[in-house]
Amino acid sequence: MSDHHHKETFVTKYIFSMDHKMIAKQFLITGMFMAVIGMLMSAIFRVQLANPGESSILYNLLPGDWINEAGALNPDKYLALVTMHGTILVFWVLTAGLSGTFANFLIPLQIGARDMASGFLNMLSYWFFFIATVVLISSIYVQGGPASGGWTIYPPLSALPQAIPGSGTGMTLWLVSITLFVVGSLLGGLNYIVTILNLRTVGMSMKRLPLTIWALLITAILGVLSFPVLLSCGLLLIFDRSFGTSFYLSDIIINGEMLHNVGGSPILFEHLFWFLGHPEVYIILLPALGIVSEVIAVNSRKPIFGYKAMVGALLLIAFLSFIVWGHHMFMTGMNPFLGSVFTFTTLLIAIPSAVKVFNYLATLWRANIRFTPAMLFAIGTVSAFITGGLTGLILGDSALDINVHDTYFVVGHFHIVMGLSAIYGMFAGVYHWFPKMYGRMMNKNLGYIHFWGTFICAYGVFFPMHFLGLAGLPRRYYTNSAFPMFDGLSDINSIITFFALTGAVVQSIFIFNFFYSIFKGPKASKNPWKSNTLEWTTPVERIHGNWPGELPIVTRWAYDYSKPGAEEDFIPQDIPLKDGEEEN
Amino acid sequence: MTNTLIFLVAVLIVATLVQITRVSELLSAIKKKDTNSVTDSNNKTQGILFLVVGSGFILFVVWQMIAWNHLLLPPASSVHGAEIDSLMKVSMGLILIVFFTLTPILFFFAYKYRGKKGNTAYFFAHNNKLEVVWTVIPTIILTVLIVYGLRTWERSMNPDLSNAKVIEIYAEQFKWTARESGIDNMLGKSNYTLVTDRNALGVDMDDSHSNDDKIVREVHLVVDKPVLLKFRAKDVIHSAFLPHFRVQMNCVPGLSTQFAFTPTKTTAEMKDQEGNDFEYVLLCNKICGAAHYNMQMSFVVETQQEYDIWIASQKVLSEKLLTQK
Repeated sequence: MSDHHHKETFVTKYIFSMDHKMIAKQFLITGMFMAVIGMLMSAIFRVQLANPGESSILYNLLPGDWINEAGALNPDKYLALVTMHGTILVFWVLTAGLSGTFANFLIPLQIGARDMASGFLNMLSYWFFFIATVVLISSIYVQGGPASGGWTIYPPLSALPQAIPGSGTGMTLWLVSITLFVVGSLLGGLNYIVTILNLRTVGMSMKRLPLTIWALLITAILGVLSFPVLLSCGLLLIFDRSFGTSFYLSDIIINGEMLHNVGGSPILFEHLFWFLGHPEVYIILLPALGIVSEVIAVNSRKPIFGYKAMVGALLLIAFLSFIVWGHHMFMTGMNPFLGSVFTFTTLLIAIPSAVKVFNYLATLWRANIRFTPAMLFAIGTVSAFITGGLTGLILGDSALDINVHDTYFVVGHFHIVMGLSAIYGMFAGVYHWFPKMYGRMMNKNLGYIHFWGTFICAYGVFFPMHFLGLAGLPRRYYTNSAFPMFDGLSDINSIITFFALTGAVVQSIFIFNFFYSIFKGPKASKNPWKSNTLEWTTPVERIHGNWPGELPIVTRWAYDYSKPGAEEDFIPQDIPLKDGEEEN
Repeated sequence: MTNTLIFLVAVLIVATLVQITRVSELLSAIKKKDTNSVTDSNNKTQGILFLVVGSGFILFVVWQMIAWNHLLLPPASSVHGAEIDSLMKVSMGLILIVFFTLTPILFFFAYKYRGKKGNTAYFFAHNNKLEVVWTVIPTIILTVLIVYGLRTWERSMNPDLSNAKVIEIYAEQFKWTARESGIDNMLGKSNYTLVTDRNALGVDMDDSHSNDDKIVREVHLVVDKPVLLKFRAKDVIHSAFLPHFRVQMNCVPGLSTQFAFTPTKTTAEMKDQEGNDFEYVLLCNKICGAAHYNMQMSFVVETQQEYDIWIASQKVLSEKLLTQK
């Protein structure tokens, strides 16, 4: 490992870096860039929903042929925006941006390793992701526009360019991009698993692992098991689109043309897609919950309550996530008995989820809370997890799903439980580990304003959506003015759009704070949050190899906060047990 | 336009906040204070904010429930829909109780246990009894909910079909067409290869069941009589959504699907109840292309007499195909 200290050039240090810390930052900045694009897209389609058919200065951001002569957004391009928003947020921001950043950054630092098991594969993982990003963005500008069939790209809509303009070149590029993306995330995921299992420092047994690492390990396993299915699902679609096969197509007449395809089933696609799609929800959520567990413990100055139960709940959620995919398909006409099975397994997830919430609350009970911006976002995650998780009991119940399936109720549900929980977790992670990433502090007061602005606007956007859904409003409608039964909903739409635009603007505070602090923030101390985990035992200056001398030796778990009998309210993991001290 | 103005105002507010914070940071740098360490007064402010904003959130939710209640769908107009509504009431009641308990606890804890110098947190790593309790209680509640949900689902999906009127719903970009099964209550066979401009649904006219079938652009149902809807799609996946009846089913090319239900309220009754512009509608609820948002067909629920008059006025398919030749 000593050859890590060779000379670094600009290219090997900042671009083709094999240092996990630099790769983490590459994932983070790429993820943030994509988050801004995805958020702007949502701002634009929210403007259309509040003022259907009117023009807006925001439309100037779009390619010219997306707008009609009257200055309004074209209906198929509204769908393009929705599709790209979903794709970017689900895969680019909350999968690669979240897992890619924190798995890369935290795994070696928190388990006491000098780097990932394979630095080269790790670098390759980022560059596959980068090329996927370039392909996805370029797809916005091709003839016909980007993929427009929803982020779930159900065929035949996604298979037939005659069905919607975005299913032409745009869809091809989407598939190419997602293929590259999957390759990148598999390389990353394998690396994370191998590193956690093999490179833990002396004394870092599995039961002493911080919960962040547990969450990242389980996330990586989920990814390795489910992403290949998405890959094969996409490959078959490429075959149907380009080589005349009929995996997903049968009995189709489109624009008066009778297609030759016989015998395929679009439902097969849905099964393959959701076999990834549901674990994907937890690939997004679990790293955030891991981060939140750590941030809440550190800033409560208390051990996380029920460490073993927390690990058990993560494992149970991960296991169940593989046998619930059918709840996305209750209305496809699949056998009602199968629907019953998926209802049963789906509602079971509420049990480990409830345990996690209770454990977070128990951790806060009789704590000595220090409200860093990270801590605010961690509490925000718990709030979103409660609010959004509960509506899952409605959607997971097949009988109730009949009437809320694919309505705004679903949009509200998953944006709160998966979107907000995960993005708050990501913010918590950035605020918390920024001093370790850049050796400087982010501005606390800007962080406070960012949190409260985001928290208020996000609930202002997503909570009212439940009411739209209960009024029967389907999602992915260009406008709801075509049906008189929805005329009463325009006020709600205006409220949502107001909060969406304000919330988008509030994010600029974060972006300013982030980049300003990289260069001008006050210098950080070695362990600014008085935290126990190993990353805070490394020097402030970034070095390849993480620790200048020997690797730390771990003798205790990560949660000895406010332990009775100790002088300080924290005991880092590498401090040996005192005589007679009991380990937890 | 108003949104644009709001947007610009918000940009200005943010810019101002950023400047104010910069000034305060520079001031404290002069005073040699560390702006980024969290003080007791920060903890107090943030704790109070959790209490205030948390209460605001709860009030906002309550306000929405009161102010927007009239916008929600009216009670179901079908037999199974009424059962789904009861299940919905129970489930919704339950999650609201949990929401209105846990959310205030979370915000209150944030306020109550805000940090102070000199305070020590209580070292409380686990408590098996407590953990068993809050695993078992949700398990019991969920068992009840699952059993109740599965019973409702089972009954909704397996109604008695022996007397059901059969109607086919055919979905294509971007319209619906319906086919009444006629006097024999049997739909003639159909095949996508038979679709022509005149025979838009590809009905096989060699099948004797086809002769009395009627193609209609509006579906009429008889109140309190079960109906079996059979779905086909021509091009991409669509989803037939009849929110007032609590009915939804995907229409998939190459696959036939169905949904049976019994309407319980006539359109006239609903107009009395909900206002004169009320109409039962069929919407598309699966993204199907540019005009997905405007794919509709009306449904009319009426008495047997009204239905008999209406159906007599519709031409049978064989006659329609002949006259159009």
